[in-house]
Amino acid sequence: MHDKKFRVFMGCLLLNLSFFVLMFVHAAYSRNELSPALAEKSAMVKEYGLTDLCLFTDARYTRHPSMADLNTPFQDYPLSFEHFPSGSLIPPPPHLVSRGLSNDLVRDPAHALD
Amino acid sequence: MIWFEIRPMRWISRQKNFIGLTLNFLMRRKGKHTALFVVYTLIVFLLSSVLFFTHAVKKEASLVLEDAPEIIVQRLVAGRHDLMPEKAIEKIRGITGVDTVRGRLWGYYYDPVFRANYTMVVPPDFKYGEGNLAVGGGVSRSSIVSEGGIIPIKNHEGIIVMLTIKKILSSDSELVSSDLVLISETDFRNIFGVRKGLVTDLAVSVRNPKEIATIANKITKLFPDARPITRSEILRTYDAVFNWRGGIMLLILSACVISFMIFSWDKAAGLSAGEKKEIGILKATGWETSDVILLKFWEGMVMSLTSFLSGVVLAYLHVFFTSSVLFSPVLKGWSVLYPEFRLVPFIDAYQVAAVFCLTVLPYTAATIIPAWKAANTDPDAVMRA
Repeated sequence: MHDKKFRVFMGCLLLNLSFFVLMFVHAAYSRNELSPALAEKSAMVKEYGLTDLCLFTDARYTRHPSMADLNTPFQDYPLSFEHFPSGSLIPPPPHLVSRGLSNDLVRDPAHALD
Repeated sequence: MIWFEIRPMRWISRQKNFIGLTLNFLMRRKGKHTALFVVYTLIVFLLSSVLFFTHAVKKEASLVLEDAPEIIVQRLVAGRHDLMPEKAIEKIRGITGVDTVRGRLWGYYYDPVFRANYTMVVPPDFKYGEGNLAVGGGVSRSSIVSEGGIIPIKNHEGIIVMLTIKKILSSDSELVSSDLVLISETDFRNIFGVRKGLVTDLAVSVRNPKEIATIANKITKLFPDARPITRSEILRTYDAVFNWRGGIMLLILSACVISFMIFSWDKAAGLSAGEKKEIGILKATGWETSDVILLKFWEGMVMSLTSFLSGVVLAYLHVFFTSSVLFSPVLKGWSVLYPEFRLVPFIDAYQVAAVFCLTVLPYTAATIIPAWKAANTDPDAVMRA
């Protein structure tokens, strides 16, 4: 009785394990298969001078997060709140946060008001 | 010699019996354990899906954006991005170490008919001529136009300009091109009213990559109202955007970890009366405490391993076969135009090991500890409790 259940369980476990191993095999195979597509995207970035991935298209600062500025949260008027859903999904880029408190403030007096 | 052959066989046979008995115990409370398996698998699935998705996006961003401009120079007026005079090109070109400087013309266009936002870009070498466009797959889908079709675009004076789609960019490139509208310089300037001599920003290439930071500083000194954005900053953006410490990632991960903590805590907090009675009977019939612990260890392992393997495999299918269909409502937000991209499956053993350590180990420990406590008390007291 125990032996039968043990065999059924081991069969299921082995099946699960083989799917698990297959996952890594598939990932390696797909990376090879999709490398031309990756190269095409790289070529586009180089040719058109693109700077960001197209993940969100509702707000300009989430379409191009690396190009966002410190006025993002006040885009409509000084006290307006951030209202695009994608804006709450992603934090500001690190260079904006760190530089915003150093170089940018010095460079651009307008930021001193933020 | 015979001893060496017999001992491992006996050990395996003993473990087989323990696993068989564990399965019997699990089957006795089929409903409870099926529910546990479903919840456990769901938590592993969600946790793994987030890790797979974020890692794949970060990795792809680092590879694809490796060829992004080395420095982008933007002009800021009152804290906002403003148009850059083309005469700045010559001044920046004069900085030692600068290779080329190119003015980029790009901007956003909101299509009031289809309520979608497009990114209009003027490529340095636009081969389709004036009055024509090349568009990304998302633009074609949202505006229901194919090659040869016409897109009406309202210019800055309110006049509708008809432009013909000459090419639809390949669907494989949607992660960078879905909302792109490639347009000629003349059409771009006519539509947005950008005067000759002005560009959106500048793309600077540098001879020696080690000098990027120095040149960026020189540009800032030369143009105090400009801000340079270097390629390393662009690349770091995606690392930060999909970092587990920020935004939606933190929300989902903390929800998963908290649910798992509650789940494990419930398990570790104590055994049910029935389970205690079972342990008492086992002890009364001569079982050692170590045998009871071994039995409970296998119970934890059977449940953890099956749930972990199922959850991870399902997460892989979800992220790389269905393009994260469950995340898409969150990612879409208010976007009308949403890219349909297939991520390259970049997964590594570290991610899987992280999920394993976060789920299997605490659950197994949570199964053993209360059983060890019960097995250490008097069988009679356990059965009467």
